[in-house]
Amino acid sequence: MKTYILQSLRLTAVLLVLLCVIYPLIVSFAGGFSKGKGGGEKITKNGKVVGYALLGQSFTKPEYFWGRASAVGYNAAGSAGSNKGPSNPDYLKQVSDRIDTLLKYNPTIKKADIPADMVTASGSGLDPNISEQGAIIQIKRIAVYRKVDEKKVAELVVENTQKPLFGLFGPSSVNVLKLNLALDGLKK
Amino acid sequence: MNTELLGIIATYVLTLVIAIPLGKYLAKVFAGEKVWTDFLKPIESGIYKLSGINPKEEMNWKQHMKALLTINLVWLVYGFFVLMYQDKLPLNPDGNPGMTADLSFNTVISFVANCDLQHYSGESGVTYLTQHVVMMFLMFVSCATGIAAAVVFFKAFRDKTSVKLGNFWEFFVKAITRLLLPLSLIIALIFAFNGTPTSYEAKDQFISLQGDTVNVSRGPAAGMIAIKHLGTNGGGWFGANSAHPLENPNYITNTVELIAQMIIPIAMVIAFGIFIRRRKLGWMIFGVMTIGMFLLLIPTISSELGGNPALSKMGISQATGAMEGKEVRFGPAISAYWSTVTTIISTGSVNSMHDSTMPLTGAWQLLGMMVNSFYGGCGVGLLNYFIYLIIAVFISGLMVGRTPEFLGHKVEAREVKIAALITLLSPFLILAGTAIASFIFTSHGDAAWAVQPKNWLNNPGFHGFSEMLYEVTSSNANNGSGFEGLGDNNILWNVLTGAVILIGRFLPIIGPVAIAGLLGSKKYIPESAGTLKTDTLTFGLMTFAVIVVLNALSYFPALALGPLAEYFTMLK
Repeated sequence: MKTYILQSLRLTAVLLVLLCVIYPLIVSFAGGFSKGKGGGEKITKNGKVVGYALLGQSFTKPEYFWGRASAVGYNAAGSAGSNKGPSNPDYLKQVSDRIDTLLKYNPTIKKADIPADMVTASGSGLDPNISEQGAIIQIKRIAVYRKVDEKKVAELVVENTQKPLFGLFGPSSVNVLKLNLALDGLKK
Repeated sequence: MNTELLGIIATYVLTLVIAIPLGKYLAKVFAGEKVWTDFLKPIESGIYKLSGINPKEEMNWKQHMKALLTINLVWLVYGFFVLMYQDKLPLNPDGNPGMTADLSFNTVISFVANCDLQHYSGESGVTYLTQHVVMMFLMFVSCATGIAAAVVFFKAFRDKTSVKLGNFWEFFVKAITRLLLPLSLIIALIFAFNGTPTSYEAKDQFISLQGDTVNVSRGPAAGMIAIKHLGTNGGGWFGANSAHPLENPNYITNTVELIAQMIIPIAMVIAFGIFIRRRKLGWMIFGVMTIGMFLLLIPTISSELGGNPALSKMGISQATGAMEGKEVRFGPAISAYWSTVTTIISTGSVNSMHDSTMPLTGAWQLLGMMVNSFYGGCGVGLLNYFIYLIIAVFISGLMVGRTPEFLGHKVEAREVKIAALITLLSPFLILAGTAIASFIFTSHGDAAWAVQPKNWLNNPGFHGFSEMLYEVTSSNANNGSGFEGLGDNNILWNVLTGAVILIGRFLPIIGPVAIAGLLGSKKYIPESAGTLKTDTLTFGLMTFAVIVVLNALSYFPALALGPLAEYFTMLK
């Protein structure tokens, strides 16, 4: 028994060095050569950091494309989903309110045009994407508030739609931050 | 066929393409045959030397279990104190506090047991140091523990009669040096170059496009996320686990995480058949497990793609499926696939929030964890399956009126008793645990705990009951996923699930290894016309029937009170 304890202690110490010092330092060193230099890829506008490429942010102004509902208000100091069950009455009321808000700000769309992702909270609370349909229903509103041609906005949506992987696997999606940056760059 | 379903097929096919050769490789590694990774031998010799281990020293099954339990006990004590005093240790750039005793108790057990149930959030509850020396360290070694235990079990059936079953430390170290560490390194690099952070910088702050001030938690997550999946651990660097965009940046990383968590459990089954020189038995077990997986997977996908009927009534479009708690970059189809994979295998990482999945999906997730051996966790999945197999051998023996045998060894009262006790253990822990929690919720709602019992549940009615049932089931299965709406960081949940995890981990390892050890040391009886063959289709079906009957009898009432009741209420 005593030998097992000693062996366990020594083996634990050796493995701590191998697995918790050497291994992560190799990964960290290699990660320094990635796009974000290991700290996460940032997006800048006029030399100022305005966000992380992978993290969604809150857009509430009508002249921006809106993202999904978030249980943490897009504050990336934490992350969480709503954890609301599918039959929870409070939750269903929330969804119904979100539908009303969307209809109010986008009076030309019909209920059946609204895709589920626009009225539900994401798993992380930091989802950077919406579906293509989620962007399409907002085009008219953006064009009116920004006083730009609807066609130009629609083109931006198409340009910023990421197709399935290799065109074959998974869903297509639109990165809201990148789309809104492109929108800000649009000439009137 | 749509691109989301194609993604599922491609992922599963790729998994098999990697797992099957990996199984062949593992069989050779643990049999001590020549393999191309033998150039790592000097590293292993170094580890043995520094630890005072003689890898040639053969152990019987009892010595194996003593070694296993001793080193696990060392990790429990070590981790408990490091987590409690993490605030006083270095590498804590965000200034996070130490854990309370009950939370530390729960967390360290959970990680030692390969469960990774998390009652804290990665962003605020641990430090960069503890993420490494406790979380990530235990992810490696708990998985290696499971694999080593399974190899002991392999050894018992390789030769006709064997008492000496190799050296525990050798299996354990090799699992790390020949399998976990090299593969983790590759996976971690894939993550690093897809956007997962790897640097030790603290929280960042920026002003968003719209003018809000936003904080961003970061840290060297890539290395941990690799072993988190490869080792079927599942504990996330960030609170939202693999739904978090930094922990799972895109569809490619999502596929990598899905493949990584499945390859070792499948490879171990293949390796078993090769190692004991009965390939057909290995394939038969693989077949039963695969059928089990698809029987849970197909209804799960169908239930998620159908969307939430309550939202359909509101008149919106759920063209791709239910989206609450899911991420757009993955979509409902692969998220449904993930929820099946992560529950049948004891990973417990999530890329969508299980609390928000449809009621029937919840039922399939629970069932996957209750069975816990459709592939199952690293090494331990096969051990769990072996218990069902022994019960099937016993019942078949009774049906044909012969002494039951397994691989030329008589299965007698002692072995069957152990198998029966282990079989009864899961329902006992799950049902008793849920009953205790439900009782406290209803009768002692005002107890002055960190989260008052009456405020535990995030959802009313049947779904609330499911939250509690899921938490205990996940603990017993050493799974670690949760219906995360549950307010679980308080004395009752920390202690209750801690105890359930501990018992649910070690007894189901000791039981099968003991049976194997006892059987292996018995006299070998050559096969005759009267031998019950365990590698036939008939016997495969028999095992499957045993799995279905045992689990249906144990859990149907509990499932009926939770997810099934919710499903039928929603039909109205």
